[in-house]
Amino acid sequence: MSQSKDLGPLIAAEAGGSRNRAITSAINGVTARRWLGYGAVYVVLTAIAIVFMIPLLWMFATSLKSRSEIFAWPPSWIPEQPLWSNYAMAFEKYPLARFMMNTSVLVIFNIIGELLAVPLIAYGFARLNFPFKRVLFILMLSTMMIPGQIKLIPLYSIYSRLGLVNTYVPLVLPAFFGNPFFIFLMVQYIRTIPRDLDEAARIDGAGTWTILYRIILPLCKPVLAVMIVFTFLWVWNDFLQPLIYLNDFYSYPISVGLAFFRGRYSVEWNLFMAATLVSILPVLVLYFFAQRHLIGGIASLGLKG
Amino acid sequence: MATATWRTAKPQARREAIEGYISLLPWMIGFVGFTAIPLAASVYLGFTQWNIIEPPQWIGLDNYVRMFTRDPLFWQALKVTLGFVALSLPLKLVFGLGLALLLNLKIPGMNFFRTVFYIPAVISGVAVSLMWMWLLQPDTGVVNTMLYFLGIQGPNWFWDPNWALPSVAMMSVWKVGGSAVIYLAGLQNIPAHLYEAAQIDGAGRWARFWRITLPLLTPTLFFQLIIEMIDSFKVFTEAFVITQGGPLKATYFYLLYFYEEAFQNFNMGYASALALVLTIIILLATVFVNYTSKRWVFYESE
Repeated sequence: MSQSKDLGPLIAAEAGGSRNRAITSAINGVTARRWLGYGAVYVVLTAIAIVFMIPLLWMFATSLKSRSEIFAWPPSWIPEQPLWSNYAMAFEKYPLARFMMNTSVLVIFNIIGELLAVPLIAYGFARLNFPFKRVLFILMLSTMMIPGQIKLIPLYSIYSRLGLVNTYVPLVLPAFFGNPFFIFLMVQYIRTIPRDLDEAARIDGAGTWTILYRIILPLCKPVLAVMIVFTFLWVWNDFLQPLIYLNDFYSYPISVGLAFFRGRYSVEWNLFMAATLVSILPVLVLYFFAQRHLIGGIASLGLKG
Repeated sequence: MATATWRTAKPQARREAIEGYISLLPWMIGFVGFTAIPLAASVYLGFTQWNIIEPPQWIGLDNYVRMFTRDPLFWQALKVTLGFVALSLPLKLVFGLGLALLLNLKIPGMNFFRTVFYIPAVISGVAVSLMWMWLLQPDTGVVNTMLYFLGIQGPNWFWDPNWALPSVAMMSVWKVGGSAVIYLAGLQNIPAHLYEAAQIDGAGRWARFWRITLPLLTPTLFFQLIIEMIDSFKVFTEAFVITQGGPLKATYFYLLYFYEEAFQNFNMGYASALALVLTIIILLATVFVNYTSKRWVFYESE
């Protein structure tokens, strides 16, 4: 790109000259080749994108078919007559609304927990000085390496002794003590905020907590957004923990609820795919609105969905 | 002078320390309650027999002796999990890097493709599993239909002992956009002047890739390798939802075994030992990758 831009004025200045004709043709050759290259890249990328989207498109197509059409041979991509009523049926057949409500409750409480705990902890690590701070920080980072599964059995037995199995407490409580990933992310972010702001506020008589909640926190909106989006995604998609802690069918979140129906109505794949699609719709909507923040956050930390 | 600052600073420093510990209090409680105690308890429970109702009984190393000498399921679960790691890691590495290199080309419209490729990474394991179950149906699945029109007889995928594990690996490749975005960030951190200098020196595309891109990307590759390796050891949802370990235990992943022992059979002691062994395996694998990294990870200070 930059090459042709640089040469542009040169061509204009020498228009008509024979030397210039040679240059123009050379440049045309380059741009033509460049566009050919672009074209090839677009073709490859589009092909990969289609392959990547086939599963979702197929799910969508299936969700609109009639019961007989889903097993028809050869299968068709476009349903003869799109049955939007399948979605209403799916809501009737599976307690989808209930499951998604349950998940939403978990999402909201987890977000509240993280929002209360993470800024406080991160502020301490980023701004306050006290003995053993570095040791504690390294300790916190190292806990991220431990696979969560090893803590599952003792935690389960503690919760069960406290009578908290089959409640949402085990799925919500940890958020109120801060997720190390988010703490780390926010510490890094607070460190980029100039300390002059804190000092100025302190001279004006602001205490430590006033500085946190009036000065620092309002500046942390981008990182708070990343936190909210990730908490939403992780809680919405979490499977193993609710599977272990919840026994009551009507308290299931959407992930466990859907898995429960697997195989039970295995003939009705059209309704089942409609239900599955409904279950991922909130995540897709959130993703499209937040993808800029989200991908920035992933890239900076190496987090994944 | 020194005494004066010491006198005036001390109460302030002390106050700041107190405020510091107050701010860390939630994390410290969480660390003790949700990490330290459960971890220690898990190590202890690994030496016991425990059905969660009666008190745990100390049986020494019996769990570990049983695991390594008389438990074919343990070896099967280990074999499946290691096989999956060996199968999916290189695939994800190559496809993720390839995709990132394409997305790194400076041409218009890349954000659109980046958005599209990342979609699979945000969808839940359960939804993805159900979707692939339907896609890979042996008779009416869309994949086998397309293969049929290409003149290929598609396998039975999840329902064939030889194909079940590769099918799960294939699903994980579908989510490769997640790692591609991280490689992309690494690629975009490589300073452009290096490429310009190399181009002036007459280095071709290929040489630039091998001499600049790949070496400077090794820290990202290293980081991503460790993260994905740990993730691959922890496959659960796909196996639980789609195959339930079958057919013929071909997808009997380690965590599935752990889950069945702990929460279906309530062999909590044995399951704790299983969890500890997995943790140690993951730890050793990480240490090993870290050890080899001295040979292949390039840091700019070198």
